[in-house]
Amino acid sequence: MIQTENLMKVYQMGDSEVRALNGASFTIDKGEMVAIMGPSGSGKSTLMSIIGCLDAPTSGKYMLDGVSVENMDEAKLAETRGRKIGFVFQQFNLLARTSALENVMLPLTYAGVSGKERNDRAMKALDRVGLSQRTHHAPNELSGGQQQRVAIARALVNEPAILLADEPTGALDSKTSVEIMDLFQSLHKDSGQTVILVTHDSYVARHTDRIIKISDGKIVSDEENRNPLKAGTPRMEE
Amino acid sequence: MLFSENFKIAIRALRANKMRSVLTMLGIVIGVATVVALLSIGKGATASITSSIQSNGSNLLTVSPGKLQSGPASAGQSQQASYLYYSDYQLLERSLADNVAAIVPSYQSSYVVAHEDESFSVSVKGVTEDYQTTNSYEVAEGRFVTDGDNKSQSLVAVLGSQTAEDLFGGLTPIGKTISVKGVKFEVVGVLEPKGSSGFVSSDDAVFIPLETGYNKLFGSTATYNDRKIVNSISVSVTTTEAMDTVSAQIKFLLRRAHNLTSSDEADFNVLSQSDLLSTLTSVTQILTTFLGAIAGISLLVGGIGIMNIMLVSVTERTKEIGLRKAVGATRNQILTQFLIETMTLSVLGGILGILFGVGLALVFKATGMISSVITADSIFLAFTFALAIGVFFGLYPAYRAANLHPMEALRYE
Repeated sequence: MIQTENLMKVYQMGDSEVRALNGASFTIDKGEMVAIMGPSGSGKSTLMSIIGCLDAPTSGKYMLDGVSVENMDEAKLAETRGRKIGFVFQQFNLLARTSALENVMLPLTYAGVSGKERNDRAMKALDRVGLSQRTHHAPNELSGGQQQRVAIARALVNEPAILLADEPTGALDSKTSVEIMDLFQSLHKDSGQTVILVTHDSYVARHTDRIIKISDGKIVSDEENRNPLKAGTPRMEE
Repeated sequence: MLFSENFKIAIRALRANKMRSVLTMLGIVIGVATVVALLSIGKGATASITSSIQSNGSNLLTVSPGKLQSGPASAGQSQQASYLYYSDYQLLERSLADNVAAIVPSYQSSYVVAHEDESFSVSVKGVTEDYQTTNSYEVAEGRFVTDGDNKSQSLVAVLGSQTAEDLFGGLTPIGKTISVKGVKFEVVGVLEPKGSSGFVSSDDAVFIPLETGYNKLFGSTATYNDRKIVNSISVSVTTTEAMDTVSAQIKFLLRRAHNLTSSDEADFNVLSQSDLLSTLTSVTQILTTFLGAIAGISLLVGGIGIMNIMLVSVTERTKEIGLRKAVGATRNQILTQFLIETMTLSVLGGILGILFGVGLALVFKATGMISSVITADSIFLAFTFALAIGVFFGLYPAYRAANLHPMEALRYE
């Protein structure tokens, strides 16, 4: 599903160069549930934006779903994001004063789907996250957990190759966090959805099957997690 | 992505900040309203001048004294006064026959005209019988000056409707006596109102036989070197096609009578009504353009207001832009979205402005203060201008939005 080879990302900050990614190579297969972990400043955000086609690497290779991404132009990159990546953000990033249904329809709109099909697919996605009863509520009429569910429905609506979640429980209380983690796990187990969680929180990371640790722009460990935590397992002090 | 989708997004965004949208639109509304109203007033002025000139009959040639001044007179150059003489009229009367319906000389001067206790300063015109038809006057009461009056130098006067109203109120002036510079005239007729011809009212005048004027009223002011002078000679031509021919004949005859060599400039000019019309129209057109330009500046200011607000809006909605890009919006789609939003503002403002402007023009018209004519092209012009301003001032904010980096936009706080 994802194959990267020696990914580099260099930012020019005044006179000095910042190597946000310094040669990251890994492979993620279809149907995997993986956590990318690292403290802030480790390069995980940069890695996420490259995996999510929000940014192009300075050098290195990136194959997404059999397609080479690194040399795409802006329009092609936008299309790839729209079709292959489903983003979930910490702050939900729903459009205000816009109903849940319309929020979920947004990626379809940009993908050129319209009319009844767009409506049906959005309804189905909302049903998958258990929100079929609240389709016409605006974000400010929904709880944090419900808003994140809408955001997940929006990420799923285009049937993306990868569900890419950036600290998806970061803005939620522990009870709702459990619900959201449970949702990710069931999407992975029941529908074989490829899920990538980007987090700094090892407790969240341990819910996945594989943990890739990143530090100073380099992958420092890439290990299978044989006994992933079941959603709802209490957080243990380490 | 469909236009209607973008339009829906635009409406939603504008409704999210109603007050701000309304205030921004107000700049365009005021700009467009002033453009429409001022252009209507300009067109109104042109139309009223045109109609009053056309009411004089379009086949009229007017000969008046003086050189056609092109450029300012250089300092020290002695400006030789030039005159038209009564003999010029007689010459034309003798020589012109074909295609000419009437030739009317006139001499006019301002006098205080009195009846009992009422007295007004009025233009007194010495004319002949044909003056009435060449200048399209209708007699309301009594009769006009006749050739007989001229032959016998009768002390008779015909009043313009305004003068009759001023001197006699509602009472009938026929048979009454008015006094001009101590000379008593019997009023024999009153004219129908004709309306103002651009700047001067044609109804505020007293008409007397020209011969009576020369011999009993005007005195030495109406002569030069003992020759009787006239202010103008009107030549009524039978057909429009013959205008040029007759005009040329008049020029030829008068040049010879005034002893001008072929190199001399003419000391008189022959103007047709259409010449007069085009001169006045060009003046009002300049005025209209000038007014329109001033209004255009206010529209420009409105446009800058739009750009300002759109830039604020782009900054405020950075996260939204980032998200739209994350779910697949291309740069062009973001550009289009913001451009349509600006255009919605300016077009809506344009439509409201047109309504206000038309309303304003109608109010002017209804109150009779200023004549105004609303034309489709002035509305079209104002609307196009508003739309162009929307595009022009919307492009930069939209461009800024479109070029935001998606990741940075998403993380913008």
